[in-house]
Amino acid sequence: MTALLEVRGLRVVFDGFAAIDGLDLTVEEGELRFLIGPNGAGKTTLIDVVTGLTKPTAGSVRFDGQELVGRREHRIVRLGVGRTFQTATVFEELTVVENLDLADSFRLPLRSLLRRRRGVSDAVAAALEAADLTALADKPAGVLSHGQRQWLEIGMLLVQRPRLLLLDEPVAGMSRSERERTGELLHRIAATHTVVVVEHDMEFLRKYARKVTVLHQGRVLREGSVAEVQEDPKVREVYLGRAKGKAVT
Amino acid sequence: MTLGRVSLVVCVVLLAVAPLALSPFRLGLLAKYLCFAIVAVGIALAWGQGGMLTLGQGVFFGLGGYAMAMYLKLEEAGSAGLPDFMVWSGVEELPALWEPFGNPVFALAAVVLVPGLVAFLLGLLVFRQRVRGAYFAILSQALAAAFVILLVGQQGLTGGTNGMTNFTRFFGLDLSDPNGQRAVYAITALVLGLTFLVAKLLVRSRFGRLLVAVRDGEDRVRFLGYDPAVVKTITFTVSAVMAGLAGALFVPVVGIISPALLGIVPSLELLVGVAVGGRFVLAGAIAGAIAVNYAKTVFSEDFAEGWLYLQGGLFVLVLVFAPKGLAGVVESARLRWGRKPAEVVA
Repeated sequence: MTALLEVRGLRVVFDGFAAIDGLDLTVEEGELRFLIGPNGAGKTTLIDVVTGLTKPTAGSVRFDGQELVGRREHRIVRLGVGRTFQTATVFEELTVVENLDLADSFRLPLRSLLRRRRGVSDAVAAALEAADLTALADKPAGVLSHGQRQWLEIGMLLVQRPRLLLLDEPVAGMSRSERERTGELLHRIAATHTVVVVEHDMEFLRKYARKVTVLHQGRVLREGSVAEVQEDPKVREVYLGRAKGKAVT
Repeated sequence: MTLGRVSLVVCVVLLAVAPLALSPFRLGLLAKYLCFAIVAVGIALAWGQGGMLTLGQGVFFGLGGYAMAMYLKLEEAGSAGLPDFMVWSGVEELPALWEPFGNPVFALAAVVLVPGLVAFLLGLLVFRQRVRGAYFAILSQALAAAFVILLVGQQGLTGGTNGMTNFTRFFGLDLSDPNGQRAVYAITALVLGLTFLVAKLLVRSRFGRLLVAVRDGEDRVRFLGYDPAVVKTITFTVSAVMAGLAGALFVPVVGIISPALLGIVPSLELLVGVAVGGRFVLAGAIAGAIAVNYAKTVFSEDFAEGWLYLQGGLFVLVLVFAPKGLAGVVESARLRWGRKPAEVVA
């Protein structure tokens, strides 16, 4: 196995507060990795740094051997790193199919972008299918429910065929049945992609996670299987000490 | 046929019969409105589709206008002479900047390329730095103010405050002859048609969809692998070229180009028409530009002082009660009473 994502000595300071403080993380090609940790542990900040949204104070992020720090967001996407956001953001005035088509077209030269879309590409049709949105294809994305927006966003990510997918709380705010469908979708995606998932939902984690990394105060606290992590006294302390409701039991 | 198609045909027919039905004076006024409509198409692209509130379209209008005026003045002066205003300001030799404008091909190219290039460079600089929203609006307005100061200050080069006027010929057409005026009107109407067509194709293309995406979620677009600065710069450039073409046509149509026509106030007036007509719909923007300028003529003839208040009031009313303009009102009416929902993009 080769490392696809290597984070070394990462430090991110906001106004004197270290959101990430000397973090090292390695994600192998083909892995499905869950990132957990109490609020403020630095999970989303980590994703923001990898995708170029936040500039780190120090450290390096290498993707397939290439340094990502200092590159602009769309360049990082073009290297093959895709992400979703905590609150799914889709283009509400465009139809579902247009959203997916834009995601699919980013490699097209300007000349082809200036043409009108004719029909639906295979990748877009497959993503519509995977996200279970075929029936809503020509509806504006603004009418979608919260869960459907998350799926559309995941679908937009899939048509881009990234090598690394970073999903930021994909099941937050979803109903139980929506969570299950998202979990299935996640497993299907993970079969062919390298995926990093930030998630708070413990039930979801137990059901779908393989390897888990626990972050705490901007550092890696523990890394291992779900069972290993759950039994670790330090992890228990962090979670129990902070918020009883989120106990890892 | 859809309602949109029907109205398009009606408009084309109306524009075609106008030279037969209107007096030369009124036809000239209509041609002037059509010039503003060409600018409006560009504003609808940049502002309505792209979210770039450009308060300085007068600059590009002026660049196109001055490029055209310089050629017309040189053509008139002949090979040896100087343009009339230069003689009055005591300039004895043709300035180097003016030399190439004696060539009609160069002048026509400049009408398109100068506004385009200025907008392209400015856009690249500004959009890359992620200047947007109100900051972009203020910047574009400041540009209009600076441009006017520049023009006024260069009396010998630009004719200063008076600008340039007294154009007699336009590529062999006699501008004092009704037939010449009709020909200029026809060219203007044709350019408006082409501008509309280009804008329409752009809006319907993938690029047009991308532009709307940039308007509604610039940061999200980056994570789809596109550079929003490029999308905005291209659109801004296209809208500037349209304004430049309109300015160039304005010169033979109205017979004058001066700083008073392209400063902050005229730039805002261009915007008012688009807002009233509906910035999200190209046809709405055109209709708005023509209607507001027609209203301006009518009211200025009767009570000139009232017009500014009326225009301001209209602008506020539209922004508060019908932010999508007349086109938005038509749209909701169609949705309410029509059988099939109207197309969102027009």
